[in-house]
Amino acid sequence: MNSHLPWLAVVIALCSLLAGVALGSVDLPFATVLRALTGHEAGLTADIVWQLRLPRALAAFACGGLLALAGALLQALLRNPLADPYILGISGGSAVAALAAMLLGLAAAAVNLAALGGALGAVGLVFVLGFGRGGNMVRLLLTGVVLSAGFGALISLLLTLAPGGEVRGMLFWLMGDLSQAQAPGPAWAILLAALALAWWQAGSLDILGLGEIKAKSLGVAVRPLQFGIYFTASAATAAVVVEAGAIGFVGLIVPHFVRLLGVAGHRRLLPLAVLAGGSFLTLADTLARTVAAPQQLPVGVLTALLGVPLLLFLLTRKV
Amino acid sequence: MALSADRLNLSVPGKTLCRDLTLTVQPGECWGILGRNGSGKTTLLHALAGLSSPDSGAVSWAGRPLADYPRRELARRIGVLPQDEGHEFFGTVREYALLGRYPHSSGFALGAEDEEAALAALHQVGMAGLAGRALNTLSGGERQRVRIAMLLAQAPQLYCLDEPLQHLDLGHQAEALNLLRELAAKQGKAVLMVLHETLWAGRYCDRILLLYDGGKILAGPSAELMTLKNLEELYQCPLQKIDTATGGFFLPA
Repeated sequence: MNSHLPWLAVVIALCSLLAGVALGSVDLPFATVLRALTGHEAGLTADIVWQLRLPRALAAFACGGLLALAGALLQALLRNPLADPYILGISGGSAVAALAAMLLGLAAAAVNLAALGGALGAVGLVFVLGFGRGGNMVRLLLTGVVLSAGFGALISLLLTLAPGGEVRGMLFWLMGDLSQAQAPGPAWAILLAALALAWWQAGSLDILGLGEIKAKSLGVAVRPLQFGIYFTASAATAAVVVEAGAIGFVGLIVPHFVRLLGVAGHRRLLPLAVLAGGSFLTLADTLARTVAAPQQLPVGVLTALLGVPLLLFLLTRKV
Repeated sequence: MALSADRLNLSVPGKTLCRDLTLTVQPGECWGILGRNGSGKTTLLHALAGLSSPDSGAVSWAGRPLADYPRRELARRIGVLPQDEGHEFFGTVREYALLGRYPHSSGFALGAEDEEAALAALHQVGMAGLAGRALNTLSGGERQRVRIAMLLAQAPQLYCLDEPLQHLDLGHQAEALNLLRELAAKQGKAVLMVLHETLWAGRYCDRILLLYDGGKILAGPSAELMTLKNLEELYQCPLQKIDTATGGFFLPA
């Protein structure tokens, strides 16, 4: 089973993308969707498939892959199984800035820009405070957690101050929502670059799990590697937060899910986590669009509702 | 190919651990480092292995300061078994031992040669039969033997071990020490290990380094240094010596 895992993951990934394109609030026969995909259909159907569903499915896949990658990297960096892409405060910083922009009534583009600025600000702040003179991974982790708590308070404050009509949009942003994600290009570019970078260092990531002293004695340049992981994971997370808000749970559970299937080394773990995370989020987003159609649910709710029982089941079977 | 320390000084805030140590470790030598808890044995071992830089003085390998070696090149010459910190590793025993080959790989893929080295190392510690088992299902002593195997797979010139007998039963303690002594005696490697077991140190180490509180150090042939007086002063505890056919035991009086 283990050697077939990569192929299985690729097939599931393709199926999830196909499901994302085939299903939606408008009922389209599967054959019609396939004809539209191959360019044999024009008009409204082609527009729905090419302009709406395909970009969104691709965006969902890229976001899921980025979150799983960032989660796996941060779990290796902090050597803590509870680490997820948001543990170091990146989503909090981004959310504060984005919500403040919404409160000021700025346009969607400006909100996205604010989200990016907030994410980068949080990354820089945590880096300086956590890695600064004599910094270690425990301090980095605590710095991130404490700043997240601070951002959480600011988020509550902004929600309290916001007029009733704004709160719904803000909540969607906080729970993670892909309905604004229509240009998957940048997210894919970051995903592929981050995966290539991380994969190239996969052997070093395995060694880092042995502890800093042992890693150093085996020839790993520990500090540069830690910086590299931190910024790669941060870039991946920031890309998602800006594109789709703070989608929870994918980054935490997908790497564990892949490990529970018996994959230990990062050379296999990282690409499999990306495929699994992408598939998972694409399917969750497809459900979010269709379950209560035409009403759209925030995809973060579905990732948690699907992910929690799945991981709990695997955990009890394994132990 | 020798390790040499020149006027090495080490301290932690408020405490001098090592004062003006000058030392040469030659191939074929097996050194034991003895000292009280907190006397600086681990700090000294790390400095000698190039894992930390001393306050002053220099450590060099083959005449070249350790700091001048690229990390990976140094790792092919000096290997370290740190104290067991306990960590999660999700893979198998074989995969774990294979990590020791990292400094020999191009940094990307490991070859058949590396697989062989890892398996041979597991054989040496008697763990080859469990190569396919998940590491985190092993007992503490078994894990310690696999950790030693990883160091053997690394195949350095100088082996630095911090309490290598941690978690091992009496039989496996003797086996591990035999293995290390043979590396020195038969393969011309150098071994440097922090030990608490004076019995083993006297029997297996031809050289001893006694690290006293306050930074004073005695280093030399163990036959000369392993005396009742030296050890009573070292451990600050009255001892008695029991002579046997295989060497002297030291026990609290």
